[in-house]
Amino acid sequence: MDGEELTEQETALYDRQIRVWGADAQRRLSKSHILVYGMKGAVAEFCKNIVLAGVGSLTLVDDRLVTEEAFSANFLIPPNENVYSGKTIAEVCCNSLKEFNPMVRVLVEKGDLSSFGGEFYDKFDVVVVSCCSVAKKNLINEKCRKLSKRVAFYTVDCRDSCGEIFVDLQNHKYSKQKLEETVECQLQYPSFEEAISVPWKVLPRKTSKLYFAMRVIEQFEEAEGRGVGEISVPDLPGVLKLKKEICEANSLNASRIPDTLLERLIMGAREFPPVCAIIGGILGQEVIKALSGKGDPLKNFFFFDVMDGKGIVEDISNTETGRVAVSRGLTLE
Amino acid sequence: MASEGHLSAIKGAKVLMVGAGGIGCELLKTLALSGFQDIHIIDMDTIEVSNLNRQFLFRQSHVGQSKAKVARDAVLNFRPGMSITPHHANVKDPEFNVEFFKQFNVVLNGLDNLDARRHVNRLCLAADVPLVESGTTGFLGQVIKMIFSLWQQSISLKGQVTVHIKGKTECYECQPKPAPKTYPVCTITSTPSKFVHCIVWAKDLLFAKLFGDKNQENDLNVRSSDATNSSEQAKDVFERRKDEDFGQYGRRIYDHVFGYNIELALSNEETWNKRKRPRPIYSKDFLSEELNHQNGNVDNSCLTDAFSSVSAMASLGLKNPQDKWSLLESTRVFLEALKQFFLKREKEIGNLSFDKDDQLAVEFVTAAANIRAASFGIPLHSLFEAKGIAGNIVHAVATTNAIIAGLIVIEAIKVLQKDTDNYRCGSIPFYLFRMTYCLEHVSRKMLLMPVEPYEPNKACYVCSETPLLLEINTYRSKLRDFVEKIVKAKLGMNFPLIMHGSNLLYEVGDDLDDDMVANYAANLEKVLSELPSPVNSGTMLTVEDLQQELVCSINIKHRMLLNFHSFQGWENVHSLTNLDEFDEEKEPDGMVLTGWTQAPAVVGNGGSTSNARQAEAEKDTEVDEISEPSGKKRKLSEVDIPNAADGTGNHKEVKELDDDDDDDDLVMLDDLDSVTNKKKRLQ
Repeated sequence: MDGEELTEQETALYDRQIRVWGADAQRRLSKSHILVYGMKGAVAEFCKNIVLAGVGSLTLVDDRLVTEEAFSANFLIPPNENVYSGKTIAEVCCNSLKEFNPMVRVLVEKGDLSSFGGEFYDKFDVVVVSCCSVAKKNLINEKCRKLSKRVAFYTVDCRDSCGEIFVDLQNHKYSKQKLEETVECQLQYPSFEEAISVPWKVLPRKTSKLYFAMRVIEQFEEAEGRGVGEISVPDLPGVLKLKKEICEANSLNASRIPDTLLERLIMGAREFPPVCAIIGGILGQEVIKALSGKGDPLKNFFFFDVMDGKGIVEDISNTETGRVAVSRGLTLE
Repeated sequence: MASEGHLSAIKGAKVLMVGAGGIGCELLKTLALSGFQDIHIIDMDTIEVSNLNRQFLFRQSHVGQSKAKVARDAVLNFRPGMSITPHHANVKDPEFNVEFFKQFNVVLNGLDNLDARRHVNRLCLAADVPLVESGTTGFLGQVIKMIFSLWQQSISLKGQVTVHIKGKTECYECQPKPAPKTYPVCTITSTPSKFVHCIVWAKDLLFAKLFGDKNQENDLNVRSSDATNSSEQAKDVFERRKDEDFGQYGRRIYDHVFGYNIELALSNEETWNKRKRPRPIYSKDFLSEELNHQNGNVDNSCLTDAFSSVSAMASLGLKNPQDKWSLLESTRVFLEALKQFFLKREKEIGNLSFDKDDQLAVEFVTAAANIRAASFGIPLHSLFEAKGIAGNIVHAVATTNAIIAGLIVIEAIKVLQKDTDNYRCGSIPFYLFRMTYCLEHVSRKMLLMPVEPYEPNKACYVCSETPLLLEINTYRSKLRDFVEKIVKAKLGMNFPLIMHGSNLLYEVGDDLDDDMVANYAANLEKVLSELPSPVNSGTMLTVEDLQQELVCSINIKHRMLLNFHSFQGWENVHSLTNLDEFDEEKEPDGMVLTGWTQAPAVVGNGGSTSNARQAEAEKDTEVDEISEPSGKKRKLSEVDIPNAADGTGNHKEVKELDDDDDDDDLVMLDDLDSVTNKKKRLQ
């Protein structure tokens, strides 16, 4: 690092977390810029975590007007019409987030993310999108990948009592502590499009059923021209039919995706706040790891389901790119 | 999950949250969003600046206010309709009795200390209210600690959520918790070898001697008070003389503790046979008289400053708390901080105790510990590091707290749903509740790992009625020692009552008449064997806490204790350790309490529950891991000893496991998982 020191104020405020990740990581955090799109519950949780952690800036994009549905799992929107009337969700959330940490700049950007060009994305180190169609995820992911600088890309979705995080860190170098040593590591990530194109039949037998179920719902919404989450119980037969087709095409036993799970994902339009807290917490932790270059990051999907209580990491990539230890010998502090 | 059934269970529930700190803020927010309507919060703390990085309900302008109250107001902002009742009080206060606890459907803990957790555990057992317990690194039980140790440290943190239901799952105290680390007095006063020894010396001895309660026992001068010096003279050393200014006083103290006392210690050649000899340090080595006087010009105009703004670093121009000070800088901070205490905070002197949020106290302790470290050839540390060690600061970040809070709410909803569903579905098997370990190692595939809860430990002195065994010198130990070190410190009792048969030896309460108070006060100063109803080997005492409604029996066994201070030096004591006496390294109090922690740190000799658990695990290893090379079984059973009484032995074993490559660890995770399956199958 360039040796710039944290101010007295920063050291006092961030005391407890500097003890976790060190002053160096704190400096990197304070210079990083985050973009989020789609202010749903899990994203609101993520924003809170990252603002408290002390990033340089956070830019919010969500032009929707505040509705009752919006504040069901989002504590950043006070249910007071005088406060939110006439404002977009991003604007209301921005005002709440600013109060959490005066040292972080919180901004609002208006417009459609998919129409923004490279020079827009170039301002950021991390891009997090939520409630996006497959096509939009792919598009934004590709825009990030085309830049000369490395931008970390995440998608996050909570449906009913389930949550999913996708991570693309491209070519990520980091250090981690192994016994007394600090080990340098490297990971190669596929894009979202590459990851979901991996044929299902080559995936390990134990791959989480949520991974498959989420892809089925995603494809259904895409095929029917629905927005994300614009799906309900009457759609169940259609979804089950699509599941059958996809499973046949992929030579996957259809029982690997339980109908009850799909039913749950369809019915739960509203987010479940504890799941948002968990998903937003894991995502916050991952972004801090990616920015600081410290610790094993997630590769490349994370799933949580209240029903079994498991928080599972799945590596869905085509190439067998494991962790590569580049060099050893840097002793820690 | 988001069904009508659970919504009605949530809406009708009355919830008690203990702690409105890191986990508490997240928990209250998630409870409110999830639709809970009636919540009570207990927290005795006020808001500090260092809370603001994660306790997001609080702002800079709230510093100094009650956490419980500010948290309530903040949450009502985004959920105005609900009822939140704050209690700015200690959960151990008598008003929070069993009756109070009985009004709640579930109790959720977001606490930061063992003591309060044990207390809440007992009240929940007495009131028969389910408890959801949580914790992040540092406050986990031994089992969990050991499992966690298998994964290498990284920047993120770990935590755990457990459900405790009376009679169905183990209680919080069924597994012994690691005791806070203590150090032998001799290591602290004479032969420090680590920086933490210097910190303990600076904080618990020097700081306490200079600024704390003068009547408190203090071992600071153990060295200099022997032989030639009378103890009267030694006491005088720390009193400021009438003709002395603060600069002179500070330098005299400095020269005494870092110079004279070290010289004195050096004169005992035997001590230094196998140790590096310390170097005496005197203030004149660094400061001329003149320089000292220059430093002495303290601005008296800011006498009214709040104590946090009084800083020796600030007046000396030292800014970065991450810097390690030179010996000269430490010397200056030492003298400056001492002077500022006397000039600006004189009223507090005599009742100060070390507080990690007291800047001047941290500066003084950092400086003193570093000077002592320099003297003993121990590496120096920055103020930031020293503060962490001295304040036992637990690392904390928002993300872990948010995840833990989410898991707590999920478990709480399950507990409540079980309540309402009981009649419709018959009783739901308790294995629906679980502990969740919040892990962090990606290559293990699992970040959150659910594990079935364990059955109550039949040998637990809290939730079963198993007597304890106390080995104690009944001719030397006073009733006070027994009350303070065993009943309060080890058993965590608040309002104890001690009985020998039908004779009351001691009790605490507001409604006692003067005769009884005097009687108990007299008893406290008597050794056990000389009490009105003598306590000897073979005596069984009944100890009861009326608030916690906890009764336990203690069998007394007399055991010899050597008094170390009657010996000339530490070395002599070591040569005598083959006798049947206490090892002060392990039992600094000279008492050994056993019963629920029967197992020594040896593989495979745990209490009944752990044996069963271990046996299960081993069976599973055989079934599931046939293709694995041998050796796994042994390792798994090592991992699964929850009853190990002593941390050090286990530590070695865990280290061994750390050396293993990644695949081995994966096997263990699968094993734990299969333990889970096995339990289900058994039911």
